[in-house]
Amino acid sequence: MSNNVFLALQNNEEARPLIEAIEQDNAEAIVRHFPAMVKIDCPGRLVVKRETVEALIGRDWDPQEIHVNLISLSGNVEEDDDSFALVRNR
Amino acid sequence: MSAKRMNLREKYQRMTRDLAWKPSYQSEDDIFPQAKYEGIIIHDWDKWEDPFRLTVDAYWKYQAEKERKLYAIIEAFAQNNAQLNVTDARYINSLKLFLTGVTPLEYAAHRGFAMSGRNFPGAGPQVSSQFQSIDELRHAQTQIHTISQYNKYFNGFHDWRHMHDRVWYLSVPKSFFDDAMSAGPFEFVTAISFSFEYVLTNLLFMPFMSGAAYNDDMATVTFGFSAQSDESRHMTLGLEVIKFMLEQDERNVPIVQKWIDKWFWRGYRLLALVSMMMDYMLPKRVMSWQEAWEMYFEENGGALFEDLARYGIRMPKYWEVSVKEKNRLSHEVWSIFYNYGHAAAIHTWLPDENEMAWLSEKYPETFDKYYRPRFDHWRKHHQEHGRWYNNTLPMLCQTCQIPMAFTEPDDPTQICYRSSEYKGMQYHFCSDGCKDIFDDEPEKFVQAWLPVHQIYQGNCGGASVPEVLEWYHLKHGQDNLEYLDSQDRANWLRWKGLTEQAEAVLQKAANE
Repeated sequence: MSNNVFLALQNNEEARPLIEAIEQDNAEAIVRHFPAMVKIDCPGRLVVKRETVEALIGRDWDPQEIHVNLISLSGNVEEDDDSFALVRNR
Repeated sequence: MSAKRMNLREKYQRMTRDLAWKPSYQSEDDIFPQAKYEGIIIHDWDKWEDPFRLTVDAYWKYQAEKERKLYAIIEAFAQNNAQLNVTDARYINSLKLFLTGVTPLEYAAHRGFAMSGRNFPGAGPQVSSQFQSIDELRHAQTQIHTISQYNKYFNGFHDWRHMHDRVWYLSVPKSFFDDAMSAGPFEFVTAISFSFEYVLTNLLFMPFMSGAAYNDDMATVTFGFSAQSDESRHMTLGLEVIKFMLEQDERNVPIVQKWIDKWFWRGYRLLALVSMMMDYMLPKRVMSWQEAWEMYFEENGGALFEDLARYGIRMPKYWEVSVKEKNRLSHEVWSIFYNYGHAAAIHTWLPDENEMAWLSEKYPETFDKYYRPRFDHWRKHHQEHGRWYNNTLPMLCQTCQIPMAFTEPDDPTQICYRSSEYKGMQYHFCSDGCKDIFDDEPEKFVQAWLPVHQIYQGNCGGASVPEVLEWYHLKHGQDNLEYLDSQDRANWLRWKGLTEQAEAVLQKAANE
């Protein structure tokens, strides 16, 4: 059975660098586009790193900002000052 | 000299746990009288981990930003008269169903979480419940506000709160939430946060809202996704509640499993309405109900329950029935609404040729075999003898309150009937799932307010359809009946410059 976690974001200007950062830091992530929405699946673990996002947008970024454009998620949330991650506990 | 900035964990600790206190002149049992009666054993509330370490200041900051974005779009939508740009006026009926069926549940959730926040003895769940209570109020308000634009142009939006308490199919969502709110705090959060929000609401807010975008309704997709962004926090709360109960004491495991079984099935039956919204009420479709069920329940739910297996939790009972039903659910439910379209607060219609082709393609094993012939028959009847409505009121399931039109798990041609006897009375159910729920709590479910029984007992304005409609606050010939002959359609054609066709629709409706 699937071991995927997923993150769904609104398909907008603010989410684009997040998606790019996710693709950079999660080699196995699969990005799928739906009307107004992007769903990103990844086996086992998916991480959004503050450092990667900041390098892309050229300003400070707090991982809690993800709440603004988040649509949905699946997996156990691990959040700290430097990253936002979703994991399966197997 | 500036103070050292606290990291997220410290800030969360300071602004949630450290604000709580131990009572000294009243006992905890007196302050939290609902904390123990459900049988859930908690040894240490401090073991509660809130995965989103959200504090009040961050909460207001991000919620304000979400609201600003949403209201910018709502305003642009209204200023552009964008209600005229949606794909087709049939689509508007899914919003009528949303406002009468879903929005009042958001308000009920606001009340429910205020109660659970009051009744949990731990600071962590108190804070999460409070945020969620405020979120749910925001959802109700933003939905009412957004959809109010449609109320100016289309029928059926005028008295949604009144209808929620009275209209036959709206007793399905209403009784679902009443059931959860009249349970204890642990069952309530298992029902709503875990089973409904974590496992099932993705089906409503992801493919359906993405569908709203696809049908050019930017206002709805924006309130939908804005609500769903809070939902991610709620889902995480749901998962945390489950893990917390299971980790605290192994005696909690069978209680939690029973609630997961009950609320999966309750929620799945409620989503039957969403299945028909996706397959029949969106003129442009993103994905079928079957595809959505595979993606969000079978794949994603499967992964979730595998995660929980180490606590001794298994997949919810009868999940395999939901998989067997996935290629017939929406067709069976839309057929119910087509039958009783004269008593509904939405218009109903038959899918056109292109839509039937889409349904055949998406449901190759069932659509042409079981449903196309039925629709062809109804269409022919409409053309030759006028629109057919079923004037015999249906038998309802005592638990989910949906008319008993679902079929046997292994035979899509045979209606599924189950029954139980309790204190000399017989009660009827649409499925084994609903029967088991009744059998476990008969004293609760014998009290169900079943719309058909109530009509026959004379409690709904009278014995005839027009009297009942009046009691619902529905205007006959305006808010109900076939879409093709409706005022909504005539107006739509007129706004699109098709005046002659509009007149023909009104003429035909007047003759019937």
